[in-house]
Amino acid sequence: MPISSATARFPRAPSIAACAGVFLGLTFSGLALALEWNLQPAASRLAAEIQDLHEYVMILCAAIFVGVFGFMFWSVYAHRKSKGHQAEEFHEHTTVEMLWTAIPALILVLIAWPATRLVVAQKDTTAADLTVKVTGIQWKWAYDYLKGEGEGISLISTLSTPREQIEGRAPKGEHYLLEVDNELVVPVNKKIRMITTAADVVHSWWVPAFGAKQDAIPGFLRDTWFRAEKTGVFRGQCAELCGKEHGFMPIVVRVVSQEDYSKWVGERKKALLAQADDPSRKWSLEELKARGEKVYAANCIACHQASGQGSPAVKAPALAGNKFVTAEPGPIDTVLNGRPNTAMQAFGRQLSDTEIAAVITYVRNSWGNKASDVQPAEVKARRK
Amino acid sequence: MSAVIDHDHAHGHHDHHGGYGGIMRWITTTNHKDIGTLYLWFSFLMFGVGGIMAVVIRAELFSPGLQFVNPDFFNQLTTMHGLIMIFGAIMPAFVGFANWQIPMMIGAPDMAFARLNNWSFWLLPFAATLLALSFLMPGGAPGVGWTMYAPLTVQMGMGMDFTIFAVHLLGMSSILGAINIITTILNLRAPGMTLLRMPLFVWTWLITAYLLLAVMPVLAGAVTMTLTDRHFGTTFFNAAGGGDPVLYQHIFWFFGHPEVYVVALPAFGVISQVIPAFSRKPLFGYASMVYATSAIAILSFIVWAHHMYTTGIPVSGQLFFMYATILIAVPTGVKVFNWVATMWKGSLSFETPMLFALGFLFMFTLGGFTGLVLALVPVDIQLQDTYYVVAHFHYVMVAGALFAAFAGIYFWLPKWTGKMYDETLGKIHFWLTLVFLNMIFFVQHFLGLAGMPRRIPDYPLMFETWNKISSLGAFGMGLAQLLFLYIVVKCIRSGAPAPQKPWEGADSLEWTHLPTPVPYHSFETPPVLH
Repeated sequence: MPISSATARFPRAPSIAACAGVFLGLTFSGLALALEWNLQPAASRLAAEIQDLHEYVMILCAAIFVGVFGFMFWSVYAHRKSKGHQAEEFHEHTTVEMLWTAIPALILVLIAWPATRLVVAQKDTTAADLTVKVTGIQWKWAYDYLKGEGEGISLISTLSTPREQIEGRAPKGEHYLLEVDNELVVPVNKKIRMITTAADVVHSWWVPAFGAKQDAIPGFLRDTWFRAEKTGVFRGQCAELCGKEHGFMPIVVRVVSQEDYSKWVGERKKALLAQADDPSRKWSLEELKARGEKVYAANCIACHQASGQGSPAVKAPALAGNKFVTAEPGPIDTVLNGRPNTAMQAFGRQLSDTEIAAVITYVRNSWGNKASDVQPAEVKARRK
Repeated sequence: MSAVIDHDHAHGHHDHHGGYGGIMRWITTTNHKDIGTLYLWFSFLMFGVGGIMAVVIRAELFSPGLQFVNPDFFNQLTTMHGLIMIFGAIMPAFVGFANWQIPMMIGAPDMAFARLNNWSFWLLPFAATLLALSFLMPGGAPGVGWTMYAPLTVQMGMGMDFTIFAVHLLGMSSILGAINIITTILNLRAPGMTLLRMPLFVWTWLITAYLLLAVMPVLAGAVTMTLTDRHFGTTFFNAAGGGDPVLYQHIFWFFGHPEVYVVALPAFGVISQVIPAFSRKPLFGYASMVYATSAIAILSFIVWAHHMYTTGIPVSGQLFFMYATILIAVPTGVKVFNWVATMWKGSLSFETPMLFALGFLFMFTLGGFTGLVLALVPVDIQLQDTYYVVAHFHYVMVAGALFAAFAGIYFWLPKWTGKMYDETLGKIHFWLTLVFLNMIFFVQHFLGLAGMPRRIPDYPLMFETWNKISSLGAFGMGLAQLLFLYIVVKCIRSGAPAPQKPWEGADSLEWTHLPTPVPYHSFETPPVLH
């Protein structure tokens, strides 16, 4: 309607109006879709209270900012030399100086009081319904359900975004870099205590929607907590620089109803029993290679590369044509125990005998390498 | 006063440059003005190197996905950008100002230890070379962030050791420079130049020099412990041997927080000279400025763990560090109010130095407010290690320190070179820098709030638009600094001759007692002050 009435009065208006309309439409749909202005929507009371505190402080700051700089710009406008303003000579005023020391101090008390209440609440990790230990590992998260329903479940959560998307060889998906193979699953409205630690360097476990962030420090235990108040999937990223793939170890938490959670726990436990491989079973080379390729893609590819050429920058040697890899009995000890002071970690703690046997067989028989297979029983025998 | 000028005229032959010419003049010089010039050019060179790194970082972050650099090299760039900008660009720039200005402002003939001064500077190129060489080592430069947190540092290649030794050299240079500055200010003031008559720039440097003396050895200790953890089997930061990775963070930030004020206080000093000069009115609340600066310096020693709220320090620790940190807002507020009150009822004009000073005042205060937001533990839990923090400290370091450095350069360039810079170009440089700076960093607040972690080479799709704007700003910012180089070169080569006192309201000794350009040796006999 407004465009057609404009057309009547201004003959050239349609094209201009259309262009402007298209431009504005694109701009604002882009704004609405793509722009984030504030903290992520809260899914816990703590996160909501953090938002409130942030807004309260921002309003105070904005008011002071406008006040002080309104004063300054008034000065700039009214007392400029080009207008002929003569400088006065005063250079101190005790009362004013006392006031502008005391008043900010009072405002700070107004800020500190609500912040203090929240700090105390944030630190209270007692009386949890479910306790989960999360271990930061270069570059994935391991979750162990320690106490509460689901006790005994363990899962390792690795980025599932394909490398083709990262390297621009495939279009990027909706949850690019924020998706994992195994999500942490927790029940809604239950207090979840997260105990953090790390296997190698400092990581930081963070889910913005819960207002929970806690560094994961190798050799030490720390804890934080959250109580999700709605079901859904919540995503975050590692928040402490932990080496090359720091940007590629997301945290994904699926919050489900109590009923669904119980169901998930049941399925998970059954699946674990079913998947448990019998380490005494003899596997064929082809079976091991097929399984090994998957293990390699999830654990080794970031440093040793899909081509097996390694990354000298992170001291990851080439596996292709590597005599140490193809020699007998294969690098079982290296994979089990890792190499100190490198990103080559002790995979014995993360992978089963079958997985280790499979991945070693895979690297011994890929990229032109040729050697015998390694059986799970051999790996089991070398575990200390 | 006239006695001094006559003296200089009578002994014009004193204006030679020691026994050498050419490059040897600069290598052997013990003259505070020469050394100040060396510091300033070195700092500009490092500003260029660190700036190129920033542009590459922003180019990679222009779009999601990996485009130009791999994640490992990206980490090396962020690490070196931080180290080079802080230790190579900003700190030497203010030491350059100190060298040029402190002797002239207190009526001294030179710095107290002239040969030491030469060595303080010439350590820097070696440190910079070590940093540059680390890129050529197997494994490249360290990709650990400028904070060099353990135990990630233990995983790095030989480049880490080069960086550690570079930090040692930079620390040595700072400590020697600080000793020189303290001795000069306490012992070489002209008769009548009592402590509470010193220009505020001198005061802020006196306090800064004490901060440097206190904290640079702490940093040296932290990196040395890293070195022995890497090579000699110690376990300071390794739990397996009874150490603690968080211990490193405590030691680092005990250095790191006062370091912020090492950068900020001289900037405050420059601003405290520029604003009164262009307001044609004395600085408001001189004494309270001195007390506020001291208060900030002392408080800076008891707030370090506000960088570590998420490491799991106990609730009492979090509360203590939160209260101590927000307390810094009081003396900082006093300074801002004093500057605004200096302008109040003055007679203001807006040449380039004043524009940069106003830009500083406006945006440094913005950085101060985001600092207050980050000081609050619950909010910081959300924002720690996100782009909000990146935005915050760049408002302090770039809009704060760099703007003050630009203000100082434009302010004193006529005195140093004897020539005027191009005022129109200077103003264009200011406006371009102001616009691009906000384009880069203002939007990063939104990125941080929305949850984008810092130090990542690739990011989820929802962060794309702000990152694009930020990257475009960075490219513009880089180009705008080429204009700055042009302005300075043009001023030196073909600027119009400057009068002794080009700024009507300037009142420190270099303007009132020394001709323009200042002679090579000034105040060989102390000025007479009333």
